[in-house]
Amino acid sequence: MKILKNKWISNVLLWIMVIAVWQIGAVIYGPDVIPGPLATLKSAGELIADGSLLHYIGISFYRVFVGWVLGSSIAIPLGLLIGRVTIVRIFAEPFLNFIRFIPPIAFITLFLVWFGIGEQSKIALILYATLFIVIMNTLTGVLAVEEDKIRAARSLGASEWQILVHIVIPATVPYMFTGVRLAMGTSYMAIIGAEMIAANEGLGYLIWNSRLFFRTDWIFVGLISLGLIGFFTDRLVGLLGRRVLYRYGIVSSEPIRR
Amino acid sequence: MSLAIQSPEQTITIANLNKSYDQAVKGELHYILKDVNITIKGGEFFVLLGPSGCGKSTLLNMIAGFVSKTEGQLKVGKHEVHKPGQDRAVVFQQADASLFPWLNVRENVEFGLKMKKISKAKRQEISSHYIELVGLNGHEKKFPRELSGGMKQRVQLARVLANDSSILLMDEPFGALDAMTRRTMQKELSHIWRKTGKTVIFVTHDIQEAVLLGQRIGIMSRGPNSKVTDIYDVPFQYPRDPGQQEFIKLEKTIQAHFDHEYTI
Repeated sequence: MKILKNKWISNVLLWIMVIAVWQIGAVIYGPDVIPGPLATLKSAGELIADGSLLHYIGISFYRVFVGWVLGSSIAIPLGLLIGRVTIVRIFAEPFLNFIRFIPPIAFITLFLVWFGIGEQSKIALILYATLFIVIMNTLTGVLAVEEDKIRAARSLGASEWQILVHIVIPATVPYMFTGVRLAMGTSYMAIIGAEMIAANEGLGYLIWNSRLFFRTDWIFVGLISLGLIGFFTDRLVGLLGRRVLYRYGIVSSEPIRR
Repeated sequence: MSLAIQSPEQTITIANLNKSYDQAVKGELHYILKDVNITIKGGEFFVLLGPSGCGKSTLLNMIAGFVSKTEGQLKVGKHEVHKPGQDRAVVFQQADASLFPWLNVRENVEFGLKMKKISKAKRQEISSHYIELVGLNGHEKKFPRELSGGMKQRVQLARVLANDSSILLMDEPFGALDAMTRRTMQKELSHIWRKTGKTVIFVTHDIQEAVLLGQRIGIMSRGPNSKVTDIYDVPFQYPRDPGQQEFIKLEKTIQAHFDHEYTI
């Protein structure tokens, strides 16, 4: 059993088992209900050949990325403000605790009305999906800064502004990082929902539209693509965090579990 | 061996000082500190000795300006203490909570200088001096998480020395260290104090530590309503030897003081 502790061996074994079970399922239920691994691979080849798969992945990723960057860059300063200024926090916290329970997808119709059926409404949705997670995490981080650090800085002569820039922000970086990383996951969920309901392209559109042609194999291709881009973007963000933000205490590259 | 340069403007005057945390409640206030009176001269090494929970940290935090007083007088030089100031530096008990883990040793030591926008060359010069003084040369590039408990306290010490405050407030700084490291740190602190002429107020609940370091020891009674009940002069020469007869005698006298209080 010692051999299973080797990450590579256990990972390869896991995927062999998954594919085996998948193949057995395909044999039992038939290719219309569960398209097998080979059939899925073949369909993926077709979709790549006509250019639609990469285009859909690109468009979904673009929407997530833009909304996520915008949302994070609004949320971090807001989280700092709410965390640092008590009077703002008193007003903001009840509102935050109310609105964060409304899933982004519930807003889709409203966003279509407000921002139109183009890219804007999707990006706004991702922005919304990102915003509250990052605010909540940043806020938690600000409140978790040890009093001794602030006291030490103050008695060393730091002004309130210097305390914010040189103590509160660096001490909160790990929390902000967790927030943006979690928000990435939520953003993918939101974009698929939005693309299913109101889009002409994207992975969500592919998955939803395939039902019209009863192409379950295309749905499989869409699902696997989603898993893969989610996995790789999370790894990339984790790696970047570890490289760039090491001194702030971000040491793990393991994906965050929800 | 110099006994510190005594400057009258750093005299710390505490008179009839009270502290209560329940200001909002009407009626009788419950005091943590009640009627504290001490005068600490510039350049003096003063130890506040008392049992856990007696309010000695609260008193230190009030001198630091972190905690506001309820009634009475608390002055450094001629000025009433309202807020933290660069004349008073604090060495905290928990190095992990008070050091900046995203900065390396040198950057931690230079923090106060950077806030004052002192040039990089000058910062380097000052920080190198104090890093050397506390015996951390060779560790400048390390982060706090890579240091032992004793080394972290050295960083804290260098950080406040580099900022050139005349008063050092130390809140059980060696309480979390192992016995051997603690002994080394006590020796070095005593040496640094004699070399730099700072005023030190040192909080501890360790009688031997108090007698080893302090010129005077203020004994605090148990809370609530705790105050400085007695002040012992420690007339021994530095460096002190805890094995000496007079040393042990004074230790026993102070111990007897607490034993007496607790049997009541």
